[in-house]
This record gives sequence, structure tokens and C-alpha cells, in this order.
Amino acid sequence: MALVLNEEQQLLQGTAREFLGANAPVAALRELRDSRDPLGYAPTLWQQMAELGWASIILPEQYGGLDFGFLGLGVVLEETGRTLSASPLFASAVVGASALLLGGSEEQKETLLPAIAAGELTTALALEETHHHRPTQIATRAERDGDEFIITGRKTFVLDGHSADKLIVVTRSSGEPPASSGLTLFLVDRDAPGVTVERTIMADSRNAANINFDQVRVAASAVIGTLDEAWSVLEPVLDRGRVAIAAEMMGLALEAFERTVAYLKQREQFGVLIGSFQALQHRAAQMQAELELCRSVLLQTLSAVDDTPEQLPMLASLAKAKLNELAKLVTNEAVQMHGGIGVTDELDIGLFLKRARVAIQVFGDTGFHKDRYATLCGY
Amino acid sequence: MTAPVRRDILQDPEEFRSEVRQWLQDNCPESQRQPITAEEQFWGGRRGEFPSEDARLWFQRVRDKGWIAPEWPAQYGGGGLSAEQGKIIKDEMKRINARTPVYSIGIWMLGPAILEYGNEEQKQQHIRAIINAETRWAQGYSEPGAGSDLASLQCKAEDQGDHFLVNGSKIWTTNADKCDWIFCLVRTNPDVKKQEGISFLLIDMDSPGVSTTPIALISGESEFCQTFFDNVKVPKENLVGELNKGWSVAKALLVHERKLMAEIGSDSPRKIVAPNEAAHKYLEFENGKIVDAQLRSDLVDYNMQMHAIALTHFRTFEEKARGVHSAAALVMKYLGTEAEKTKSELLLAIMGSQGVGWEGDSFTAEELDTTRLWAMSKAMTIAGGSSEIQLNVIAKSVLELPQS
Ligand SMILES: Cc1cc2nc3c(=O)[nH]c(=O)nc-3n(C[C@H](O)[C@H](O)[C@H](O)COP(=O)(O)OP(=O)(O)OC[C@H]3O[C@@H](n4cnc5c(N)ncnc54)[C@H](O)[C@@H]3O)c2cc1C
Repeated sequence: MALVLNEEQQLLQGTAREFLGANAPVAALRELRDSRDPLGYAPTLWQQMAELGWASIILPEQYGGLDFGFLGLGVVLEETGRTLSASPLFASAVVGASALLLGGSEEQKETLLPAIAAGELTTALALEETHHHRPTQIATRAERDGDEFIITGRKTFVLDGHSADKLIVVTRSSGEPPASSGLTLFLVDRDAPGVTVERTIMADSRNAANINFDQVRVAASAVIGTLDEAWSVLEPVLDRGRVAIAAEMMGLALEAFERTVAYLKQREQFGVLIGSFQALQHRAAQMQAELELCRSVLLQTLSAVDDTPEQLPMLASLAKAKLNELAKLVTNEAVQMHGGIGVTDELDIGLFLKRARVAIQVFGDTGFHKDRYATLCGY
Repeated sequence: MTAPVRRDILQDPEEFRSEVRQWLQDNCPESQRQPITAEEQFWGGRRGEFPSEDARLWFQRVRDKGWIAPEWPAQYGGGGLSAEQGKIIKDEMKRINARTPVYSIGIWMLGPAILEYGNEEQKQQHIRAIINAETRWAQGYSEPGAGSDLASLQCKAEDQGDHFLVNGSKIWTTNADKCDWIFCLVRTNPDVKKQEGISFLLIDMDSPGVSTTPIALISGESEFCQTFFDNVKVPKENLVGELNKGWSVAKALLVHERKLMAEIGSDSPRKIVAPNEAAHKYLEFENGKIVDAQLRSDLVDYNMQMHAIALTHFRTFEEKARGVHSAAALVMKYLGTEAEKTKSELLLAIMGSQGVGWEGDSFTAEELDTTRLWAMSKAMTIAGGSSEIQLNVIAKSVLELPQS
């Protein structure tokens, strides 16, 4: 257990903050948005991040990784939450890397992980089929045809779906939804014949896509893990994704909160600073209390990934539910406490508000995780 | 075209209701009974254009009937009807989902203030023009330094004998770049208690020295402006009420603004998905129940709150008609706008990833409208006196709690 960052992790935090402040501040996201950037992130930034080792932070050294563990990853993700930095970090270095690490064959790991670590290969998880996170409601079929499989189906809300080189597609190879058995993961090139990608412009100006698979042929060697048994890989991958996005949401919430507290100390009405009104003071103090709880939950969950994976399911749901609620609360309060200027696009707060709502939908909203937590607790 | 009919105020309400119902049946075009999008709203004014021929027809019929402002005096183009009759017309329009024939700050806010505080010439000049949608009005209250603390406003009007000279700026003026006139609170005496040196001035936005800059909003629209006044000459006759007594006019107008905002959720059918409908469209049901326990509980919370709010609207109306005073009216702006925010959050949650799209064909027009209205819903508890200010007012004037 590590509920306090060690010296190395603190150092990483400092570097990350400095680097992102200089190279990927909130203004960079605005720029991507306003120029309607076709890729949705700056490739040079991703290269720099990879050089800093962020793309390989959770990977073992044998695959070119830094082996810094999930706590280290959390530190970096939290900082990217503060700056709303768009990059393949989540979809490739967390989700894609975890899927290969937990499910991939030795050959897949040896060829693909170093490429991810070097920032040369990007991935996207093609999972969702409806507008709510239902990871076992998979109807996309994978039919065996000799040595090959034919994939047919439609995916939605695929993060980085239009920019990633390779898609990790969750398919149903046997059984019917919502069974968790009968699922298989495939590695599919984004530009393979039969794959149609439609980028979706989201409220947070970050990358997502709807993807159609029309009779897409893949070799049996494209399977990640065991046929029909993807769930044993997918579930821990999703939990890692959940804690990772929760870490980003922590940074997002902290930044919006700190900016708001600063505003309370700066804006005057009725001849006094608005921060002197108890109505606002108490709400700010309550947010501080919630932030403290979320900090503990987040640290515990991040360290559970490496130290006590058996506790991860419950902790990941706790973390995602808690951080969903925190991000919603803090961004709403941030707008409200800024008054009129809070609803202008000129102020960054609106960007935090929108990112929070999209992040809430990633890998399970609050209801999903409350339900899962309750189920895991046996009630 | 029929001439405006002056209704006998003592007419039996049920008889009146069936007449209204019949008239609406005969006169409201089918296309004007559909939920409305932002582009389909008619706001009038010198540059106002009808979005469709039916919209024009519908507006003209209601205007000629005297129902644009049913309760205003007939001599200025109003309907000369009682509050109860006005309510019946509103209810009946709502029943058939009739579109609001003209969206107008003049009708909602300024008109009542001019009728109460204006002189005869002002009523003649402005009330009929408002009813006929010839003028579109902006509200010039807030300033960069004066929001919640409105009375600290600085935009000044100096007495120059035959006119006032106005200098300063207003901010968050909704749609100022599309308006013909602006009603402004201006400082006419800097040397007294702040509320006692404010006057209420009507300014033609075509006057030399008036300019506007749009401000982009989080919804992606830019309906806000900053409005600048640079040596603007305003005729003396544009002062409403007495010099330095503008604060009373301002407060009376704010009551109308807050009443309007209180009804925001239960009024004006917009083309967004209603929460119950959305639930059926986006959520899984089993044996008639929503499977997602959280969303089911959130939905029922919202619906119960709206049910209670609707009942309270009825109660405040009845209380007013009978001269009964209660605290209900004062809490409605707070409740109504908070509920509106809750509704938007709920819709997003129900729509899941389809609720967080921003543009493009991957989302329906309704979905995109819902997301953008969600962003704008954040403004409801800030505009017209924030929720915090509403609660302060309740604590002070209803509960008479000691003030620090
Ligand atoms: C959509 C929209 C449309 C608008 N349209 C117009 C318009 O057409 N014309 C116009 O003149 N104005 C308009 N406004 C401006 C609106 O009236 C002001 O935004 C509002 O009065 C708040 O002022 P402010 O923005 O300066 O916020 P501030 O007054 O700076 O408030 C900041 C925060 O402090 C809180 N606060 C302030 N005082 C207290 C207190 N005593 N106790 C506790 N909390 C307090 C506020 O509630 C808020 O949360 C509009 C605003 C919006 C959002």
C-alpha cells in the first residue's frame, strides 16, 4: 500500500507539470479545436511524451518499458487532466498496452509493446456498441472461416478510433449477449478492408469515433489471448482504464477547483471579495473534503493494480464512481462561482466542464459502477 | 382579420376557456403546434424576420386578437383581459403545444415596467411597438464590476440640459447586437447611497456612440455582448420614472424577469428530448421498469420535483388572484432554474455517449440541441440574480434573518 507518493513519483509529478505547462497547456486543446485538427492531437507532443517515457511507463523493461507502475502512470495522467492535454496516452499507453500485456502472446508482446513504448504505434479499444458502457453486451460477431475470422458489427465511442494505427476489437465468437463468456479480442488494422471509421466530434474536443466492421477478414494470429475467453483479460484491462481515467479526472477536478478558489480570492462584489461569503466558503470547503476522499481512493486503487490485483474490481468501481461525482460537482460549482464569465468560452472552465461529462461516460458512468460495487459486495 | 375584441372581464371562465379553445383550433396553424428549435423562434425588431409563412400568420392572428399581451390595456394594443383570462389563454396554448408567437424581452420584462412607471408618451411610443414586434429590446443592467451587486453600477448619464450624455459599458447583454433598443440602469448621481443615484433610461441602439462586441459562450453560441456607450446623447424624455429613482423600476422589472425564469422549465416547448421520452429511447426496460437503478431513481426525483413545482406555480397564481401573500413566489426562480439544470444533467446521463456529442452527423439534431442546451442551462442559475442571491433574498425578506 502506498497512500503517499514516494520521492521518485514526486519528481515525476514535477517534471510532468512543468513539461505539460510548457508544451500542452489548455490553450493547446483550444488550438486543436479551433483549427479542426484532423488528427486531434499533436504528433510531436506524443513523440516528446514517449521520449519522457510516458508511453512505456507501465511496461516491463524487457519490452522497452520504464516499469514505473500504475502509481507513476497516475501521477502523469493527473497532470494531463489539469491541462486537458490530448494525446494517445490513455488509449494506447494504458488500455492498448494493458490488453497486450495481459492477453498477448509472447510474439505479440515482443513486436508491439516496444513500438507502443516508442510512441510509434497507437491503438484504440473498439468496445462499446450502445451509448452506455455495457462491456458484455457484445453483438459484433467473429465467425471462423478456415484459418481466418470474419468480423461484422458496429462500435461506438471508440476513443482515438479515427487516429489509432491498430484497433483492439471486442467480438462475440460464441454465445449471446450479455454473456461474458464467448468473447474474443482481435487486433485489426484501422485501414483493413471493410473497416469504416467515422470520427465523432465530441463536446470535449477530444478524439472518438464510430467504427463499422463489414466482413473484415483477419488471421487467427490476430487473436489476443484465448478464443472465447477474452473476459478474463478484458475485465482487468477495463479496470486499469477506469483507474487511469479516474486519475485524469482527479487532475481535472483539482485544476478547476484551484482556479475557482483563486477567483473567490480575487473577485469583488458588495465591496468585499466573494470568497468572504460563507455560502461560497462552505461549498468550497465541502469540495475540499470530497477531494481528500477521492485522493485516498485513487492512490489505493492505483497501487492495487500492481500490488493487490484481487482487490482491483471493487476499488476500480469505487474510484470511477467517486471521481465521476467529484468531477461533476466541481465543474458545476466552478461555473456557478464564476458567475457570468463562467459560461463564456473565453474562460477555460467550460472546457473542464465538457471534458468531465465525456470522461464520466468512459468505461462506466456512476450508476454502472454503483451497481457493480453493490454486486461485488453481494447485495 | 378580425378587430381586437374587448372581452367582458366578468365572463364565465369556463365559457371563456371554450371560446379560446375554439379560436386556437381555428387559427393556430398545424406547423405552429410543433416543438420549436432556436432557429424557428421569432424575435421581431427592425431586422426581425419570420422564420416561415405560418409563423407570420400565427403571429399576426394572435396580435390582431389582442393576445400577444392579453392582460395589457386595450388602448395600447393589449387584450384588456383579467389575469385569470390571461392564464386561461396561456394554458390553452400550452395544451395544444402552440408556439410562442413572438419571443420578446419587451413583453416579458420591459412592458410591465413601462406600464407601471412610464408616462403617457412612453406608453404610446413603446407599448404598441412591443406588441407589434416592431422593436426588439436588450437589457442593460450588468457591468464588468457590477453583477450580483448590481447597484454598484458605474455607467453614467450626465444631465446636459436637453439630453443625457451616456458613457460606460454593459456586459452580458443578451443579443444586444440584434436589438433596436436597450433599457439601461445608469448612474445619475455618484454622491449618494448607491441605490439612490440610479436612473432608468431607454436608449435607441442606432444612436451614435453605441457599439457591441459579441462574447462566445460555452454552448458555442454567442448570444452575449459587451455593449459600449461613448458620448451617447439620449433625449430627456427617455427617462422612465423619476431621476435617481431608477432602482425601484429596476427591481419591479427583476420580479418579472425572475418569474419568467422560474417558469423556464415548465414553459416553452423546445425541440429537445423530454426526460421521460429520453428514458424510453435510450434506456433498457424490464417489466415496465428502467433497469439502471441510478437513472430510474434520478428520473423519479426530477419528475417529482417538477410535479411539486408545477403545483406551486398553480398555488402562487391562485394566491395572487385572492390577494393571499406567501413565500412561494419568492422561491420559484431558485427552484425552477435549479430544476432546469438538473433536467439537463439527467438528459445527458440518460443519453450516455450520445449525449456528449458536439457536432456532425453522428448525432441527431435533437441530441446536439440537448447537449448545447445543457451547456447553457448552467447560465440559468446565474442570470437574473444567481441562486445564491435568491437564497439571500429568501433568508432576508422571508425569514428576516439577521444580516451581517
Ligand atoms: C445567460 C445569461 C444572460 C444574461 N443576460 C443579461 C442581460 O441581458 N442583461 C444584463 O444586464 N445582464 C445579463 N446577465 C448578467 C447576470 O445578471 C449576471 O451574470 C449576474 O447578475 C451575476 O453577476 P456576475 O456575473 O458579475 O457574477 P458575480 O456577481 O461576480 O458572482 C460570482 C459568484 O459569487 C456569488 N455571489 C455574489 N454575491 C454573493 C453573496 N452576497 N452571497 C453569496 N454568493 C454571492 C454569485 O452567486 C456567483 O456564484 C446575464 C447572465 C447570464 C448568465
